[in-house]
Amino acid sequence: MKKATWLVPTIYILFLMLPIYWLLNMSFKTTNEILGAFTLWPQDFTFENYMTIFTDPTWYNGYLHSLNYVVINTVISVSAALPAAYAFSRYSFLGDKHLFFWLLTNRMAPPAVFALPFFQLYSAANLFDTPIAVALAHCLFNIPLAVWILEGFMSGVPKELDETAYVDGYSFPRFFVKIFIPTIAAGIGVAAFFCFMFSWVELLLAKTLTSVAAKPIAATMTRTASTSGYELGLLAAAGALTIIPGAFVIYFVRNHIAKGFALGRV
Amino acid sequence: MSMITLKDIRHSYLPSPVDDVDWALKEMSVEWRDGGAYALLGPSGCGKTTLLNIISGLLSPSEGEVWFGDHNVTNEPADTRNIAQVFQFPVVYDTMTVYDNLAFPLRNRGIDETVIDKRVREIGAMLDLSDTLEKRASGLTADGKQKISLGRGLVREDVNVIMFDEPLTVIDPHLKWVLRSKLKELHQRVGATMIYVTHDQTEALTFADQVVVMHDGTVVQIGTPVELFERPQHTFVGHFIGSPGMNVLPCGIDNGKAIFAGQTIQTVDPISDNRQGCTEIGVRPEFVSFDDDGIPVNVVKSIDIGRFRIVEVRHDEVSIKLLVPEGKDIPADGAFVSFDAAHTRVYIDGWMAGAN
Amino acid sequence: MAMKSTNQKAWFFVLPVVVLVAFNALIPLMTVVNYSVQETFGNNVFFFEGVKWFEDVLHSERFHASLLRQLSFTGIILVIEIPLGVAIALTMPQKGFWVSVCLVLMALPLLIPWNVVGAMWNIFALPDIGLLGRMINGIGIDYNFTQDPTAAWFTTILMDVWHWTSLVVLLAYAGLRSIPEAYYQAAKIDGAGSWAVFRHIQLPKMKRVLTIAILLRFMDSFMIYTEPFVLTGGGPGNATTFLSIDLVKIALGQFDLGPAAAMSLIYFLIVLLLCWVFYTLMMKDEDQ
Repeated sequence: MKKATWLVPTIYILFLMLPIYWLLNMSFKTTNEILGAFTLWPQDFTFENYMTIFTDPTWYNGYLHSLNYVVINTVISVSAALPAAYAFSRYSFLGDKHLFFWLLTNRMAPPAVFALPFFQLYSAANLFDTPIAVALAHCLFNIPLAVWILEGFMSGVPKELDETAYVDGYSFPRFFVKIFIPTIAAGIGVAAFFCFMFSWVELLLAKTLTSVAAKPIAATMTRTASTSGYELGLLAAAGALTIIPGAFVIYFVRNHIAKGFALGRV
Repeated sequence: MSMITLKDIRHSYLPSPVDDVDWALKEMSVEWRDGGAYALLGPSGCGKTTLLNIISGLLSPSEGEVWFGDHNVTNEPADTRNIAQVFQFPVVYDTMTVYDNLAFPLRNRGIDETVIDKRVREIGAMLDLSDTLEKRASGLTADGKQKISLGRGLVREDVNVIMFDEPLTVIDPHLKWVLRSKLKELHQRVGATMIYVTHDQTEALTFADQVVVMHDGTVVQIGTPVELFERPQHTFVGHFIGSPGMNVLPCGIDNGKAIFAGQTIQTVDPISDNRQGCTEIGVRPEFVSFDDDGIPVNVVKSIDIGRFRIVEVRHDEVSIKLLVPEGKDIPADGAFVSFDAAHTRVYIDGWMAGAN
Repeated sequence: MAMKSTNQKAWFFVLPVVVLVAFNALIPLMTVVNYSVQETFGNNVFFFEGVKWFEDVLHSERFHASLLRQLSFTGIILVIEIPLGVAIALTMPQKGFWVSVCLVLMALPLLIPWNVVGAMWNIFALPDIGLLGRMINGIGIDYNFTQDPTAAWFTTILMDVWHWTSLVVLLAYAGLRSIPEAYYQAAKIDGAGSWAVFRHIQLPKMKRVLTIAILLRFMDSFMIYTEPFVLTGGGPGNATTFLSIDLVKIALGQFDLGPAAAMSLIYFLIVLLLCWVFYTLMMKDEDQ
């Protein structure tokens, strides 16, 4: 029995890979082959779908827009969450518990509830169809998450570290940047990972808040599918390309995933 | 209950060790007398825990055999060896009550509940846990949790040996002493062999009848606290035990005599031949004193520790420490020191000359 | 744990967060509340309606049906994903090269945009061109998720299991890795079998991460919109119309702002309430 335990993760990973394989398979097929015959691998192997994406600005700009607002959101969320998480982990102040809970409730707000009001808000603020609008809107659920994760990590750092630094004559900003941030680097990495992840995969708000100039890749996909007929190969290629940034990010944090997901204190 | 014998044990954590440094535990054979109170003493990383885990069966040695009495248990797992182990950080089953924690090893072995109940209450009383039996184990303080870990070992009547892996690390200083005397008392009451791993010489010397000193994967000496103090077999033992540790001074050998500072030094055992290797004189600060003549030294500093002062003196670049009793003067410049010949030994490559 | 010192200046530290979140949360929330008590006939003319919309929504069969579908969906995926995730975490390799391989491959579905997940599963499960569709029909079961509600539910649930079980695996795995070796050694000496080790060591030590996993999975599955919308469009009929899909249909499809807003608030309150109940239940014996 002990020997066969590797079977469970193996089967699970196979299950995870099958739909991804099918997507890749489709992306290398011509539309004719997709609609014409059922084949387990491309008979008429083609890069045409990918070429279309890389040469047509409406396609590749979608990627740039998505990456743009995801990066802005990650930077804003983590930098705003850092001092807040520090305050929650180190000090007690008027209304701290209520504030923390209120922050978390925003993680529980269904995006569908906010789609329309967001559209009106960001139109009124003249930010509609800009990357900033999406980046700010995603703060709604990413900031509470970042505060929560970072607070966990910071509570794992003994308070003595702060006190020693003050005794050694560090000013607060210098201590925070030079000592504290490096100490919780793993936590910042995990928080950034989650912010990137949820901003990259979210579509409802991103689609609502953009039309042309900042339209994310994922939204380009849905529109293409409906307007220009059933171009499945192109759709599959675009989908396959959206996996790459995620895979890239995971590869970087792979060594921290196991510990980082414990969120600091267990 | 039976004697534990380790025969030509060797262990490495690497799959194919080549060098000497690859072995966490170098070849050794050790016997542990039934009912003895042993301490396993040595600095961090010397192989104490490895040795302990080999005895308990959590680790199987790369080479050699483990015998409990006339029973070869080398390939037996930990749960059939009838051993108990208390770890550095308290291990309790958080979701259970203290009672259930104590009953756990017996229940796992399918023992009758009435027997379990009797046993658990008996051990609970022995460890002063009777009042807390119905409480959640997770709510106890660190010393209470360590008592539970110990209790889980004691409930089994057939236990051969109880092992402690630095069990007082997380205990408050004022409770350490209480818990240590409790262990001593239990040892007399239960009569099981106890092996106590520590890097703290006070803990080792107060607990044990026999102290096993380890260094760099080898057992350097096994002996009573007095033997370790009076006749350290290795410069490491001399240095590690005693405060301050033994003076170890580089020396030359001429005609079977030790030469230091150009003078012949009287030692316990004459050196029979001019053996090769690094030769040193070992003498404890207790057996060095100021004298009218002898080795010329300069006094560097002195620290008052109550009944004694520790004085550090220097001959050329070699520093020597000595204890000066209260009321005796420390001479100014131009002082001399001499060594008590009955307690001065020569060491070759770290090992006592003349031994073996 | 060390006592926290009282310092009202800490408010300055949390100010940026409060401003950013309040901007995104309070203004839209007020908009929603505003809509929820008014009636509009277009042209920005509004009439105060009081709690009428709330009563309408609470008594509407359509809302009851979506809520029931939502609760069933969330219940089913929790019952599948949590034990499955824990089981996979328990059988994962513990050190060496394969750990990284497993973690990277398992995390992959988590970072795929949600509509791509829906589109991918659409292509994968279609009965004519999809691998899954072909396979199921190949073993003699009539399967077409675009027409048969049971098949649609099966596909949606399978997709969610595919998409999110890894999150549970990663959290549970992290919890398992943080258990000191001494616990396993002590259990070995105490003669505990693997079930006892799981029941008395691994499960209690995973409690915190599992609470997080259940809460996250509960929240996210309760708010699910994009994946089933792309996969099934809420169909066939209304078979997979969950709360968010229904809400968007009412708000943007029919432009019934009043009822949509009232439904939004009720929806939000249900999520909050259930999260609170979950959290209190799971933390209950922690305080003892």
